Order: sequence, then structure tokens, then C-alpha cells
Amino acid sequence: MKELKLMKGNEAVAEGAIRAGTDGYFGYPITPQSEVMEYLMAERPEKRTGMVVLQAESELAAINMVYGAASTGKRAMTSSSSPGVSLMQEGISYLAGAELPCLLLNVARGGPGLGTIQPSQADYFQSTKGGGHGDYRLIVLAPSSVQEMFDFAFLGYELAFKYRNPALILSDGLIGQMMEKVELREQMPRTTYFDRSWTLTGKPDGQERNIVTSLDLDASRQEIHNQHLQEKYRKCQENEVRFELLNTDDAEYLFVAYGSSARICQKAIQLGREEGIKIGLLRPITLWPFPSKPLAELAPRMKGILSVEQSAGQMVEDVRLSVGCGVHIEHFGRMGGMIPTPEEVLENLKKLLIRK
Amino acid sequence: MDIKDIIKPENLVYQKTPLMTDKTLSYCPGCGHGTAHRLVMEVIEEMGIQSETIGVAPVGCSVLAYDFMNVDMVGASHGRAPAVATGIKRCWPEKFVYTYQGDGDLAAIGTAETIHACNRGENITIIFINNGIYGMTGGQMAPTTLKGMKTSTSPYGRDLETMGNPLKMTELVAQLPGTCFVSRQSVHSPRNVRRAKKAIRTAFENQKDKKGTSLVEIVSNCNSGWKLEPVAANEWMVENMFPFFPLGDIKVDGKLVNNQL
Amino acid sequence: MAKMQGAIVVDIEKCKGCEVCRVACPNEVIAMAKEVNHKGYHYAYQEHQEACVGCANCAIVCPDGVITVYKVKLSD
Repeated sequence: MKELKLMKGNEAVAEGAIRAGTDGYFGYPITPQSEVMEYLMAERPEKRTGMVVLQAESELAAINMVYGAASTGKRAMTSSSSPGVSLMQEGISYLAGAELPCLLLNVARGGPGLGTIQPSQADYFQSTKGGGHGDYRLIVLAPSSVQEMFDFAFLGYELAFKYRNPALILSDGLIGQMMEKVELREQMPRTTYFDRSWTLTGKPDGQERNIVTSLDLDASRQEIHNQHLQEKYRKCQENEVRFELLNTDDAEYLFVAYGSSARICQKAIQLGREEGIKIGLLRPITLWPFPSKPLAELAPRMKGILSVEQSAGQMVEDVRLSVGCGVHIEHFGRMGGMIPTPEEVLENLKKLLIRK
Repeated sequence: MDIKDIIKPENLVYQKTPLMTDKTLSYCPGCGHGTAHRLVMEVIEEMGIQSETIGVAPVGCSVLAYDFMNVDMVGASHGRAPAVATGIKRCWPEKFVYTYQGDGDLAAIGTAETIHACNRGENITIIFINNGIYGMTGGQMAPTTLKGMKTSTSPYGRDLETMGNPLKMTELVAQLPGTCFVSRQSVHSPRNVRRAKKAIRTAFENQKDKKGTSLVEIVSNCNSGWKLEPVAANEWMVENMFPFFPLGDIKVDGKLVNNQL
Repeated sequence: MAKMQGAIVVDIEKCKGCEVCRVACPNEVIAMAKEVNHKGYHYAYQEHQEACVGCANCAIVCPDGVITVYKVKLSD
């Protein structure tokens, strides 16, 4: 018997967090994601699974609480929105440097600065190119439905622990607030197995102690550590790319879009095909690792590619990098929280790629 | 007597200060923010310092304070207003600089900035609106939420064991030598409005004498967050908030009053 | 002791019907109108204007500052 529920994106990811066996969630209110913590507090997961939910005094404190829990091998999670995620960048860099798995969620809003509370996708650079200091990467998952908000809680932890690296769900205010039907997976038991090779659980007699740190004052050792991180990221790029293709078999024009923009493009494709324009969509599901190869394979067939993002154009740079020369690539997007309509998207595809 | 004979400019007793803009306040009906804004502006008008004053707005319900206060203002990030104010005051020591903050801003994320600005004795005025809740983001628990109080992140009531005790930032900063005037007031009744205004006036006058930081806490209502009508919310506030956050001067001229702590 | 006669002017469209002024008035002059303004709020008005002494209690508690107060001294 399938368990189906009509849920908000924020609620779905919260329920996903509980069922994926989260040990501790540490958060702070910020629109448009406060419902994640409100849902968790109301659900009393300490009674369901023993999961801890704590409202921290700030995002800075929250990410450091995650750092603490993660260093002991526990499944730790935090969520915020753009300005709050900016506050967390130092902590995220520490988590990556110390090779700690954890689940992060950014329900992005318009920026920069305090910005707006409406959705945006202007945190692509922050999520995929660093955000925090140093040579590190986050495994970035981009849900474009409420179902994926639920599912990526599980996938996020799986990838985070596989690579001992933070995983980030990059959502936006639209996906966070909209309501859709969700098929709920069964509750995963909270793990009691800890990898004694690196977790802090108390040094057993006769064994070496574990140290969790991102500091190494010896430059040559730090270089080796960075090379090790890069090797990890290479493996992740080889094995973990996820994407979805829609209507690309006969497409002459291609949208590249993720999250809520992908949903808008689906409609724009329908409208375009009614006019005889053959459009398809490549929807990256992992923004890092970016689906460069699949995109490069599709690109030569296309008369033009439009990167549709609610930003000034961030992912378009990765589109250009993946495709190289030869194909006409443009970007279209609204900013500051203004959401484009499917009609607007189609109009701009015509303006930028067809009529030009 | 005909009402037309009374309503004449020469018979004017009270009018909203021109230092409040004409924009309709975005606050909920009956919210103390409106009254608090007006008192700060009245004090600035009466002191004649509008052209010498710079205000720092917080993140919270009063994030749009600069839409309503007719003085130069800067919007700080959440909790950092005392640091922003420090930057301004250190570069312009003769200006009057104030922050206007809520309880989440001042006492949660801004704890460090609040304590250190007070510790350095920055010659600024901090107006602290305490309604025990995060209003703007939808009614979550705040550091000043009372034991047992229901909010959207303490839906079964604040549980001290897992969520900690409500925090009295005002008493905390009063213990720092850097603060010279610390007072707790309210604006729900005429008598309290008059007292609050006096306290705010003192807090601004102190900047002239470079005596250190002045902090005025205003215990206020949040009708939407508490899910009460304004008049009922004020009654609830008197019955429940005031015993824990007692009104009165806590520190005057650098000296603690009556061992209030 | 001179008697004062007061009167208030309420900016009806800005009033949010919070009733804090009604409670603040020492002479129970103010009531909330049965009509609503364009925002749907029952605005405040002087039901018993003759009992108003122009103390301005209502005006100083009004969160939206919508009340202007006048008074005249009546001849003794």
C-alpha cells in the first residue's frame, strides 16, 4: 500500500529528514524555509526516532552544531535560505576540509543582501563553485518537485557518507512553498554503526585516538590532503552525475534548467511545440557534478541552447564550459525573485536563439 | 460647543510628529512597534537633531523601519546593528546614532554584537523591542519567549530542558561598565508611553555627554504571533511578560538601581 | 478649575481598529464604528465627544499615530 500525502516542499524535506534517519537537525528561522523546522518541532521526532531538533541562536551556530554532530559520525542536517547560507560558509568549508558528511538545504531567495523572500536561483555559484574559502566542492542536488525534496534527503545522506563530504540540496522558494503529492518511503532506522576509522566516539583502550580537523600547519601535508580531496571529487564526477532529459530526441533547441525553472520550461516546451518549435530540456539533477558530458553530447545537434535560470546567468557559464565553441548559447532569466512565465521563456528563446 | 469651534489649529494639543513619514505602517493592528517608532521620532524632533541623526534598522518586523522614520537610516544584517552603529559612530562621533532592534535580532543572532558594543561603551542608543517571538518569519520561538509559551517552533510550549531559559539581555548588559543607562519600559498604556518617552529621551541625551551605551528595552505585544487581539494581547503581556521582565530603570548614570539584578 | 472641552480627528483610512485608544480613554469617549474603512477595519470615532477633555491619552498610545487632538478652555 503506497503512502501518499499532499505536502509542501519544506514539509516534504523535513519528513524526508526524519525518515532518512537524521540524528540531529539544527536550524534557524528564515523565510522561505522556516516551515522545515516548524514541521520538525511539531512532529516531535524525538518520540518517533529519537532525532534531536534544536533551534540555534544563529545560522553560524547551527552549522557549527552540525560540524560537531557530524564529527561523531551522526547524520546531521541544517537548512537555511541564501543570506543564512552565506553565514554558514565558513562552517561548510570546515566540514569539507575535515571530510565530514552532512546534509545541507538552501531554499534560495532573491538577493544579494537581504534581497526578497521570493524564489531565485542566484546561489548557483555559491553552491557549486565554493561559497566558502579553499579548494572544495559540495555535492549539489537540485530538486524540481516536492517528491524530489523528500527523496533527496535520502540521496543526500547516501552521497555525503559515501564520499565523506557535505551534500547540499539547492532548492528555491517556489519548490519549498508549493504543494504536491508525495509518495513516502519507509522510515530508515537510525544507524548505530560508526566508522571507527574516523568518527569521534571515545578512544577505545589500546587503539589510536581520532582527530577531526581541517588544520595542518605543514604545507606539504596539506597539499597531499588537498590532492586526496581532489581525487575524491574526481571519483564523484565520474560516478554520480544525475540528470533528466525531456523531449530531446528530436529537439532542435535545448533548454538547460533546474529546480523551479525546469518546471516552467516544461510548459514552455509544450507551448513551443504547439507552434512547431522543437524544444527539449536537459535538467541537471546534480548541479555538482554538472552533467557536462551528456550536455556536450546533445549540443552539436542543437541550433541553440538557452540556459533558463532565475538569476543574472550563473549556470550558463557551466553550459558554455561543457559545450565549447560552435553552438549558439544564450541565457535568459529574471532576477530579484521575479519568476518568469512559460510564455516569457518561450518568447526569449525565439528572440535570443531563433530570430537573432 | 460645536466641534468645528474646537478643531482649529490654535487649539491643537497633539499631532503625529512630522518625523514619521506618511506611509501607512506595515505593522499589525495594535503592534507596539508603531508607538515605539513614534516616540523615538518625537524625541529626535524635540531635541532638534533630525539632521544629525543616523539610525540602523534590523532584520525582523521592523526591517522596514526606514520607510517610516524620517531620518537617514541604514539596514543592517540580522543581529549586527550594534556593529554597524559602531562603524558609523566611530567615524562620526558628533552624530546621534541609534539602533532599533527586535528580540531575535538583539538577543539571538546578535548576542555577541550587543554585548561587545555595550562592553566597549559605544556612545549609541539601542532601542530593543521585546515581544518574545519572531514575528516577521511567522512566529517562531525567540530567546525571550517565556517558559511554556507556544510558538511555531515550540508548539507544545517552551520546554526549558531542551530549549533553554528565556534570556534577560537587558540585565546582562547592565552589568557591563560600558553601559550608562539601561531601562525597561512599555508602550501599551498612556502612563507607560510617557515613561518610555522619558527613558528614550535620556538615552539620546546621554550621547551628548559621551557617557557610554544607553539601552531602552520596550516590552511589547505581538498580536499575530500570540494569536490574541491587541487589547487582549496587552492584558496578557501585563499578566505574563511583566512579572518576568519587570519595568523600570535598571541602571542610571552608570550605577545600578536598587540592586535590581 | 477650568473645564476643558476636547475633540479628536481620526485618520479613518489609516486606523486599523486595534481598540487600544478606546481602552486608554479615561472617559470612555471612543468606540469602534460599525462601518469599516477601505481596508475593512472598524475605525475609532468619538461616540461621546462631549465627554472628551483633550487629554490626548488616545493619541499617544495609537500605534499608527492616526489621532490628532484639539481642546479649548470653556469659560468658567
